[in-house]
Amino acid sequence: MKSKQLITIKRFAHMSFTALFCLFVASCGKNNQAALAHKTLLYCSEGSPETFNPQLVTSGTTIDAVSQQIYNRLVRINSKTGLVTSDLAQKVIVSEDAMRYRFYLRKDVAFHTTAYFTPTRTLTSEDVLFTFSRILHLDHAYNSVGGGLYPFFDGMGLETLIEQIIVVDDLTIEFRLSEPQASFLANMATDFAIILSAEYGQQLAEKDQKERIDQLPVGTGPFKFNQYKRDHYIRYTANKQYWEGAPQLEQVIFDITPNNSNRVAKLLTKECDVLGYPSSADVEFLQQKEDIDIVESSSMNVSYWAFNTNVPPFDNANVRKALSYVVDRQAIIDAVYFNHAEAASTLVPPSSWAYSEENTDIELSLEKAKALLEQEGFADGFEMDIWAMPVQRVYNPNATKMAEILQQNLAKVGVKANIVTYDWGTFRKKLYQGEHDSVLIGWLADNSDPDNFYRPLLSCASAFSGSNRSAWCNEEYDKNIFSALSTTDPEIRQQYYQKAEQLIFEHSPLVPIAHALRYQVHRNYIKDVEFNPYGGIGFFQTYKEKN
Amino acid sequence: MLNYFSRKLSLLFFITFGVTVFVFSLNYMFPTDVLSSMSGLTNISEQDYLAISEKYHLNQSVFIQYFAFIGRILEGDWGVSFITGTSIYEQVFRVLPATIELAIYALFYSFIIAIPLGVLASSETYPWLDKSILALSIIGFSMPIFWLALLLILVFSIGLGWFPTSGRLSLIYNIPSSSGFLLWDILRSNVDYKAEAFVDALRHLALPSFVLAAYPTTVLIRTTRQSMKDVMNTNYVKAAKAKGLSTSQLLRRHGLRNGLLPVIQMLGMHFGTVITLAMVTEVIFAWPGVGSWLVDAIHQRDYPAIQGGLLVISGMVFIATILFDLLYMIFDPIARIRGHGKI
Repeated sequence: MKSKQLITIKRFAHMSFTALFCLFVASCGKNNQAALAHKTLLYCSEGSPETFNPQLVTSGTTIDAVSQQIYNRLVRINSKTGLVTSDLAQKVIVSEDAMRYRFYLRKDVAFHTTAYFTPTRTLTSEDVLFTFSRILHLDHAYNSVGGGLYPFFDGMGLETLIEQIIVVDDLTIEFRLSEPQASFLANMATDFAIILSAEYGQQLAEKDQKERIDQLPVGTGPFKFNQYKRDHYIRYTANKQYWEGAPQLEQVIFDITPNNSNRVAKLLTKECDVLGYPSSADVEFLQQKEDIDIVESSSMNVSYWAFNTNVPPFDNANVRKALSYVVDRQAIIDAVYFNHAEAASTLVPPSSWAYSEENTDIELSLEKAKALLEQEGFADGFEMDIWAMPVQRVYNPNATKMAEILQQNLAKVGVKANIVTYDWGTFRKKLYQGEHDSVLIGWLADNSDPDNFYRPLLSCASAFSGSNRSAWCNEEYDKNIFSALSTTDPEIRQQYYQKAEQLIFEHSPLVPIAHALRYQVHRNYIKDVEFNPYGGIGFFQTYKEKN
Repeated sequence: MLNYFSRKLSLLFFITFGVTVFVFSLNYMFPTDVLSSMSGLTNISEQDYLAISEKYHLNQSVFIQYFAFIGRILEGDWGVSFITGTSIYEQVFRVLPATIELAIYALFYSFIIAIPLGVLASSETYPWLDKSILALSIIGFSMPIFWLALLLILVFSIGLGWFPTSGRLSLIYNIPSSSGFLLWDILRSNVDYKAEAFVDALRHLALPSFVLAAYPTTVLIRTTRQSMKDVMNTNYVKAAKAKGLSTSQLLRRHGLRNGLLPVIQMLGMHFGTVITLAMVTEVIFAWPGVGSWLVDAIHQRDYPAIQGGLLVISGMVFIATILFDLLYMIFDPIARIRGHGKI
């Protein structure tokens, strides 16, 4: 009896050792080149999307996760040239006064067939009408679904801008504006202006499940929604019927990993192939790795130092000019951006088509600053406040540190600067009330149009509504930027913006400091990730090489 | 035997009573509305408030409320999560298998490593072996496991790239969950990437189970060593030796059978610690078990989820402790007579 038991024990021990050995061998084996793994892209994202409908948000996380994967827009922005090109609309005709936009839609664009929806028809102008009516008409059945707020479209004033949307025929639709606006197309090309399915909307309304339109999305994009687990992952599968051809990948998975260093660790262990938003320090570290590629792009942003032109002595343009000479951009780029930014001389970054090489003779010259201050009667200097924004943003990772660098140089020309900061809510409220002397803040554009920089930051209208932190109002400047809106010819517009830029340079209501660069990091076997400086990341043409 | 069994059962009953009273009283201690924390519903409208509080017997005495609470627990109505709005009961029992799976593999690891080592260490022939094994076990015992885990991740994941750093299975593979025990689910699933998924699951399991095994292994080594020493010094073993049995015969016939008994008891006693450590391990390796789920719930102030998590984890620890006790009793007749067990 005993010996029998013993044999079983022995056999058990033997088996378990074998099992352990197998486990070890299997575990240490190289990553095998499984077919599915080779056709799957893992993207480590920094957070969960709030919704699957980009119309409802402004957060980059949601845009990255949703926009380019599930949906298409009427037009899109070519990530290389920055110009608007066709997407769902194969052709756009703009009337001469820039007030009527006629979109000719592509034929046979199929909506996604998913477990929860089977379309019976292809894309028509009815879908476009449905999409924009939802935003525009308060009495539309879907207007209040998902919160009823459309921040991007409210911000651009779509409600007052669009006078009428006319369905010309099944594949033609016309937007009539109430005033000329050349940036309209650029706005239609943003990742917010996606096209929903009217048929899906109708089906859900019949079942009284309207909120599902934003949770179980249906679009026309290269990938279909498959699964989502909050704070864990989003799984997309390829849309084989995509109108531009089937994507190379079978699956795109967003692995939601909020922790920065965990994301980097996952990239190193190949648990993810592409990484969004690495921190500056991580970029430095990852640059040393051979099998990791880093793509750098200038994103449409600027950080600047704005003077409150209502408060003396900053109402004096020469004082402002003098202070602009003390800004040591190189020191700031080294210490604040860890070299991941380019020095800014204008509001728009060099990647914008409105950028011109003129007006770029910025310099650091304490002598000039001193001379100008003496000339204005401030030989002994004065005392001022620099408000530093308390939060970290792409365009300004550390405003306090930036303020400290300015403080040192200001002291050399006799100006004593105090650094002031509040919590973000109070900070914005007090800024809005104009209680500041000067502020270090920045701007991240929603679209590629330069108007998105010039109008909100320095126009007279925004001096009253609040986003013009200098409270600067210059008629000539306003005339130029509004003239630029009334035509669609980029060359003429560029000239207007050049003049506007000249005025900013002369009057210095604000001093542009830096354009932060944006990074995307991926394993070197990943090819052709679409990394758009104006919006979300896209994987339509991405493929994996053998690794 | 039956007597012992019923004693253990009544112990289970009283402990369960204590825990349920504690969990129930949490409803009153959380800084939120009692009804919200019981039902998991937030923003209850005034019309609904009365109807729902009637369902939860809030207008009656605390005793009735408590029994209603027990009734709901037995029915599986554990309220819904503040964050996701889904049933807590379903959530807990969806994540629980992952923890059990991890704990079982870790205990399995430690068994097959610790017992041979413990026996070797008890042998008086090689005192240097004894010392080095003991030293190793003390190092393992005193090493904080979160530190060990990070060290292993640094070396084996980031440095050598052998094992993944987090999760149970690569997101590439989509295995339908039926039992919740992943390896079993993969074997039973009907996908064409079964083999790859299985290997991938093993690679994910390697580091967390090793880390979790560290503590029980060191405890087991020392227990095994001590009890083997005791057994080998008893008169019956000496007598057997005098009769001319070889060392291996001695070990097999007398040593292991008697020497391993305290090990079972030790395992039972340390099961609670192992579960606590499993929670730490889960958080570090992002293992989707009940531990990391509970930690998330605490971070997000998801009160109904915290109650559910507490209930399940403490329940699991009691049941396991009592099972180990019973197992010990079945193997060791003396324990039955002594009844109260020994340490």
